[in-house]
Parts: sequence; structure tokens; C-alpha cells
Amino acid sequence: MSTPDKSMALTGQPPADLSTFQKIAVILGLSGLFILLLASFNIDFPNKGTWLSISLMAIFSGVFWFAKEAYSKKLKGIKNDGVWFKSISAKGLWAWLTGISLTGFYIVLYFYPEFLGLAKDGSNTGVIALFDPLSRLLSGNPASQWFVYGSLYTVAILAFGIKFIWKYRHNRYEIIRTISVMFFQTAFAFIIPEIMARLNGKLPYYDLKNIWPLNYYNFEKYRINAFIDSGDIGLTMLIFGIVSIFVITPILTYKYGKRWYCSWVCGCGGLAETAGDPFRQLSDKSLSAWKVERWVVHSVVVFVTLMTTAVIYSYLGNDSSKYWLTKDAFLIGVALLLSLIFALVMLFKRAQFQKDALYGAIGYFVIIMTLIGFHYYSGDGNVFLFKSETLRKSYGFLIGSIFSGVIGTGFYPIFGNRVWCRFGCPMAAILGFQQRLFSRFRITTNGGQCISCGNCSTYCEMGIDVRAYAQKGQNIVRSSCVGCGICSAVCPRGVLKLENGPLKGRIGSNEVLLGNDVDLMTLVNQK
Amino acid sequence: MESIVIIGNGVAGVTAARHIRKNSNKRITIISAESDHFFSRTALMYVYMGHMKFEHLKPYEDWFWKKNRIELIRGFVRKVDDNNKELFFEDDRVIKYDKLILATGSKPNKFGWPGQDLKGVQGLYSKQDLDLLEMNAPNKKVCRRAVIVGGGLIGIELAEMLRSRDIPVTFLVREKSFWDVVLPDGDSGMINEHILEHHIDLRLETNLVEILADDYGRAKAIVTDKGETIECQMVGLTPGVSPNISFLKDSGIELGKGIKVNRFLETNIKDIYAIGDCAEQLEPIGNRRPIEAVWYTGRMMGETVARTICETRTEYKPGHWFNSAKFLDIEYQTYGWVFNNNGKKDYEEHFHWRHASEKICLTIAFHKETRKFLGINTFGIRMRHEIFDEWLNKGRGVNHVIKYLKDANFDPEFYTKYENEIAAKFNADFDTDIEPEKKSWKRIFAIG
Repeated sequence: MSTPDKSMALTGQPPADLSTFQKIAVILGLSGLFILLLASFNIDFPNKGTWLSISLMAIFSGVFWFAKEAYSKKLKGIKNDGVWFKSISAKGLWAWLTGISLTGFYIVLYFYPEFLGLAKDGSNTGVIALFDPLSRLLSGNPASQWFVYGSLYTVAILAFGIKFIWKYRHNRYEIIRTISVMFFQTAFAFIIPEIMARLNGKLPYYDLKNIWPLNYYNFEKYRINAFIDSGDIGLTMLIFGIVSIFVITPILTYKYGKRWYCSWVCGCGGLAETAGDPFRQLSDKSLSAWKVERWVVHSVVVFVTLMTTAVIYSYLGNDSSKYWLTKDAFLIGVALLLSLIFALVMLFKRAQFQKDALYGAIGYFVIIMTLIGFHYYSGDGNVFLFKSETLRKSYGFLIGSIFSGVIGTGFYPIFGNRVWCRFGCPMAAILGFQQRLFSRFRITTNGGQCISCGNCSTYCEMGIDVRAYAQKGQNIVRSSCVGCGICSAVCPRGVLKLENGPLKGRIGSNEVLLGNDVDLMTLVNQK
Repeated sequence: MESIVIIGNGVAGVTAARHIRKNSNKRITIISAESDHFFSRTALMYVYMGHMKFEHLKPYEDWFWKKNRIELIRGFVRKVDDNNKELFFEDDRVIKYDKLILATGSKPNKFGWPGQDLKGVQGLYSKQDLDLLEMNAPNKKVCRRAVIVGGGLIGIELAEMLRSRDIPVTFLVREKSFWDVVLPDGDSGMINEHILEHHIDLRLETNLVEILADDYGRAKAIVTDKGETIECQMVGLTPGVSPNISFLKDSGIELGKGIKVNRFLETNIKDIYAIGDCAEQLEPIGNRRPIEAVWYTGRMMGETVARTICETRTEYKPGHWFNSAKFLDIEYQTYGWVFNNNGKKDYEEHFHWRHASEKICLTIAFHKETRKFLGINTFGIRMRHEIFDEWLNKGRGVNHVIKYLKDANFDPEFYTKYENEIAAKFNADFDTDIEPEKKSWKRIFAIG
């Protein structure tokens, strides 16, 4: 028998009717976007610097004012009233319209930048021309579609970051974390690379917090050459790029879990946590989604590892007297490194794998080793079975553009705000692998206090069924957890706490929960 | 194969079913008149508030039941025939059982007020009540004012729900302060202030006299014992709950307020057990009441009865009392026993600390002479269950609790900590000289 879900009745009034001020704020924000839209239809604004400032300011202050109206007059606390009644946050018409527009924007951005006014030679037109003054101010060069995108991205993180801080102003973890992503986006992703370009024109564009494999193109030939050509500073940056994945990342992930990156530093995470916050409840929590997630995201890791290996291999030489790192030395090195990691994990952490994860790990390892071996014995020519260029191009198209941009961000209002981070990001998968097996981070479940209400699972942007662990009295140690802290914030009974503690006792599970007869608990739990 | 039938798919019944399945191959059937699948009753409020959809309240996906071979029957049992071990449904279906677990929960109290059965008058307990609320108070145009009668946990939840849709709420509380049948005055007083902050019209020491009807038999106003008539379109009756057992009247099962059970959760009839809200202990356990309508106790009884059914006859022995709730924006947790000002034991001393500006406070109860720690209420500070359980097990003194309170703090990272302030107040109140110790993972993990 099914009873109609009356809570979705048309008579149910969404609690948050827009106030007059909020309506004005919406108009203000949209007028800023409208200026950009006019510019992209080649309305030639005079005084571009002024119009761009007006536009960006209007967008920023529209969001700012809207948020102030929404939250500042209310007492501090959880602000999820009406989330599932509003069209935009409950996959209604507005959500679809927003999703389609964003997706359209990404398609134009990635594949048809000329529609935005990008000129191959000569001066820019359209919306890109509108951004020329700002770009010249920072780097001295005219704007590109990426500069336009970067500017809007930064404005979005800053404006919606302020909104997020207002919304969670009772929660210092959320406030500090959000200030962190706002800082890293503005300084590291936006301003520093532009200024570096001004100081040293030879340096490749380098967002220092963007680490391989997220930054899958970092070790391509043109970038390596550019790094080396720029002297000491370039070399330092190249070394930093290698050190950040092999040294810095493992240390920080051990100490704090992958959240140090995914929800404190990363730009993709930054946008998801700020502009994407209204959509976090849309992630799919079903067991089947988890199964898909594990196969897809780990396949991307395998893909990016093969691709990068192939790309580096393709430009290395054969003669070890000229340079120590030859094609063969490199390939053997990669094989040794992967074998070492695989052996260590199998030796010490095998027990922590579930059966299918174990098969997956073995499967992937065998595939990579076979390919390396196959290549090694089959002589020169293509890398593995493919051309490195083909691999690179397909990765860039499928993962770099379609997955991270078009689906990952364009579909925020439909699939939730962390689709890319959950299903596609190889960086998140690698950090997650370590987080699961070798990190001090966990979400502690507070004894027997869980009432299975489901707020934690509903608001988990990564689609983790947090409640499934909490109601068993089990700590949450999941590779996908980005440590955003919202499960802990929305829990009405104080059950969840993100913390870094000793590895001993990190997981733990109880059949009988704390609160019941002590004898029964020990008896049953030891069994 | 032995057939276990459970009436009621709430947390007690479902916990019993899960544990029976874990430890045996018995046939398990769960009967519910309320819903197809188990959901978290305590979370119903969030559906009305738009935080979640009903489907989010289900702790297990719908395939879970089939996979674990737990049969689900939607229907209302009107009669238990314990001689033939048969259950009769309202629609005349009959099923047999070998062992029967009654986990039928509660129903809202009604105290015979004139007009209590009018349209627009309701309690808040079941999924059907939630649907009814959606009809009675969909928005502030249909429901221009709501009156809530009964100042307990459900009352304040209902007030929060209605306020989330901007509906004006008058809240009648019989006591001189909100929930002061349980909370000490300091704690209760802070909640009063918070209720007012949320623009809820709180009327303390005010009782309902009658509910007035309009020409269509709908509630149009209420009259209080202060002689005031308050116009309203919806009346929420939330003066507690009592066991939902009327269908057992003609069975041979011994009933009091609830279904009488011994410490093994057995009724007077062999092979029939009762757990959760509907069970009434023949002898109260420690300071506990004979009927405990609490999520956690329902779950614990489920764990225990499953063990009795699958392996060894096991006594229900709940550990140290704990509970939690949320009053609007203020989270509440309690461990051990802290009694209100009237119910305070003669040996019970209280220490109360409250933040100067924030709505944060705690009350610690301890033994006057032995200074043994008895219990804690905390508001706006989360505490570690394991640590307090351990301190209660070991019979720690109150000085120990104040000294190591940082170990027990469970607030999110970077939150302002108040343990030093709390210790200073304690030192001043009780002329002690306690230096709080730093949080230690070693001590925290030494437990268990």
C-alpha cells in the first residue's frame, strides 16, 4: 500500500518565501550576469574595465545581500527548512533550468571558446574582451576563456563562501574551513599564477595547489621544457610538483585525512562546498551507487597513471649516458613503485579490504603490470598498446573536460555537488585509498546516541550512508569522505565528530550498542 | 522452522528482527499497520520541515528485508489468540506464530478534554499524524494560529515544526517551567528563554479547559484555565504518550498501563514477549520508570529479546541511563541521573554552570557526602558517551569529572571550549582547587 507523500503537496507552503529585499538581491545578481550575457552577444561596452567591475560587483553583492537576508535575522543553527520544498534544491524546474544553462556554459567554454569571443589572432571580442582590462592588470596579457572562467569561479567561491559562513555561523569548523578554500582559490588559483606570468613569461601557468593526478597535464613535455627553461624557479616548481604528490600529500593525509585537500584547499572542492552547498542533499546514497562509484573512480586512477606514464615515456631518451632517466629506467621505476605500494598494502592492510575491493586491487595491479611487461618485451613504438598522444587526448576530453566540468559542475542541481569528486577525481581516489588504510582521520560515532534520523546521510555530499555506520555504533572510515563536517553539524543528537586520533581503535564495530547490559555487550561483541 | 512474529516495525521490533536473523535461521515476520517499511519515528518532524523526504527516514533500503528474509505484512492485528497461537487481522486474515513479540509502541495521550476529538485536533506520533498535520496546518494561511498543549519533547518539536512554516504558535505548559518534571530549574529556565527567542507564545502554568468547535465541527479556539480564549485552527495535543495495547484487552495477556513483562521481557503467557514503549516492567529497574518510551530503550530491549529467542534466556539489564534531544537549536544530552528540583534525592547536590551570553549550560549531580558523580545534563556542549559510561561504571567522584572533562568533550573541532571556565565556577562554588587536565587520547582509548 502506498500513501501519498503529503509533505510534497502543492498546498504545503515553502517556509522561505523570498522577502522583498531578497527579490531585489536576485535582480541585482542577475543584472550582473546579464551584463556578461550581453557582452557575449557582442555588445561592445565602452569602458570595459568599469562595466566588468559593475558586473562582478553586482553578482557578488547580489549573493551577499541575499544571504544576509536569509540568515542574519534568524538565530544561529541548522538552516535546512524547506530544502526539499524548493524547486532549485529539490530537482524541480529551476534546478533543471540551472543545470542545463551551466552545462551549456561548460560546453561552450571547453569546446567553442570562440563563441565567447576568443580571438586566435587579433584582439578578443565578446565577453572575453570584457575581461581584458582585468587580465592585463594582473598578468599583462589579454584575457583567455580560462581567465574569464577563473575570475567567475573565484567570484562564485567568494560570494557563496560568505553565504555558507553565514549559514553555518554557529560552527567554527565550517567557518575556518570555508575561509581556507576562499583563500586558496583567490591566492593560489587566481592571483599568484597571473603574477608569476608577469614576472617570468616563460613559466607555464601553474596553480601550485593543483596536484597530479588532478593536474594530469603537469608532466607533459611542453611544461617540463618550460619549467627547465625558466631556470631555478622553474626547476623548484617542478620539484615541488613531484614532492607534493609523493611527500607532502601522504604526510598530510596521514595526519588529517584527505579533507586537508578536498575540503580545505582544492578548487573543485571549494566550488562544491560554497556554490554547490544547496545541492549536497541530492547525492545518491544507495548501495548500487557506491558500487558504481568504486569502479569508476578507481578506473580513472588507472587511466591517469597509464596516461601519465605513457606521456613521460614518450619524450624520454634511450641513451643513459646523456641523461640517467631513460625510457627503460622510467618504466622499470614506475613498475617498482607500484609493486612496492601493492606489496606493502597486501602485507599490512589486506584484512581491511572487503572482498570485492581486494579483487579490484589485484585486478588493477595485474592490468598495469601486464601492460608494462607487455610493452617492455615487445620493443619500441607505441606505449603499451596505444599511442601516448591518443591516451592523453582522450583523457583530457573524457575526464578533464566532460567529467570534471560538464557533468561535475553543470549537473550540480541534479546529481549533487560532488559528482566529480566522488566518481571522477583520481586525486580524491588516491587520497581516499590512503585515508581508508593509513590515516589518523575518522568520524567517531558517539556510543549509542544515534536515533537513525538520517540527516547525516541525507546531507552527505559524497553519498556516504553515514547513518548505516552511526546506528551500529561504528566509526566512519570511508575513502570517499572529504571531511566537510556537515554530517556532524546536522546531527541533532551530537553523535558524530570528525577527529584525528591514534590508528588503534579507529574502526571498531559493536553488535550490541553502548547503553545495554555490560555483560551482554561484551558477550555478543566478542563472539 | 520456528516462526517468530513481531507486531510493530519500530526500532524495538526491527532491532529484534535484525538480531534474530543475525543469530538464527528462524522465519521472521514483521506486522505493521503504520508503514510498509521501518522508518525513524524521531525524524518525522524533519519531513514536515523540509529537511528530508520520507524516504530518507528509512534506515535500510527496501531490498534489505527480502535479502535478510524478513517478511513484512501491512495490516492491523485486532486480536491475539494465545491458545491457538494465532493472530487475527482487521481484514480477517489469520496467521500463526510460534513466538510472538509485541512491539506496538505508543499512542498520544488524551485526557478527556471537551472537544479533543474535533477536526483540527491531533497528536504527533505516527506517520498518519504527520499526514494529518499536513492537512491541518499546511501553511500560515490555512492555519493562522496553532495551540500546542503539553510541554514535553513532542510539544517543543511540534512547535519547531510549525514555526518552520511561519505559523504562529501558542504553547500551553502545565508546569511552572518547560519540562521541569525532568530538568532542574537552571536548565529548564534557559530553554524557556530559547522558546521565546523563537517567537513562540509560551504560556507557563496554563492548562487547557476545552476546545471550541465551529459550525463544521472543526476546532476554532481553545479556552485556558486562566479564562482566556485563544482563536486557532489547529490544536496539537502532546501531553505524553501511553502504550498502544487496546487490541490486547480481551487476550489473556496481563496488562497494566502497558504489557506487563518480567526482567526477561516475557509476558505472563509463554512464548509472548513485549519490548519497547508498550512494555511495562513488573518491577522498575533502578531509578528507571516501569515504562520507558525512549528510542534507545526500545533498541536495547530488541537486542536482549533476540538473544533470549536465539540462544540463552537473557535478562534485560539496561546500563547507565542516557538520553538526548534537541530543543529548537539547543542540543541536549544526559548521562546518569540528574533529577529535577522536586524529584532530587536528599543526597543529591547539583552544580550548574551557564555561559554568560550563549545558550550553553550544564548541570552535574553528585552525592553530597561521598562526592560520587551521579549524572550530567549538557546543553549546547556535546559529550562522549563512552567516557561518561566509564566514569559511572568506575564510580568516579565529581572532582575527577571536572578535572578530566576535556576528555569527554565531543564538540566539533575548533569549537570554543569551556572546561576551564566550568572548573573555575566549580572551584568557586564548592571551595575546591581543581586544575583541569589536557585532553588525552591515551585516556580516551584506555576505555573498553
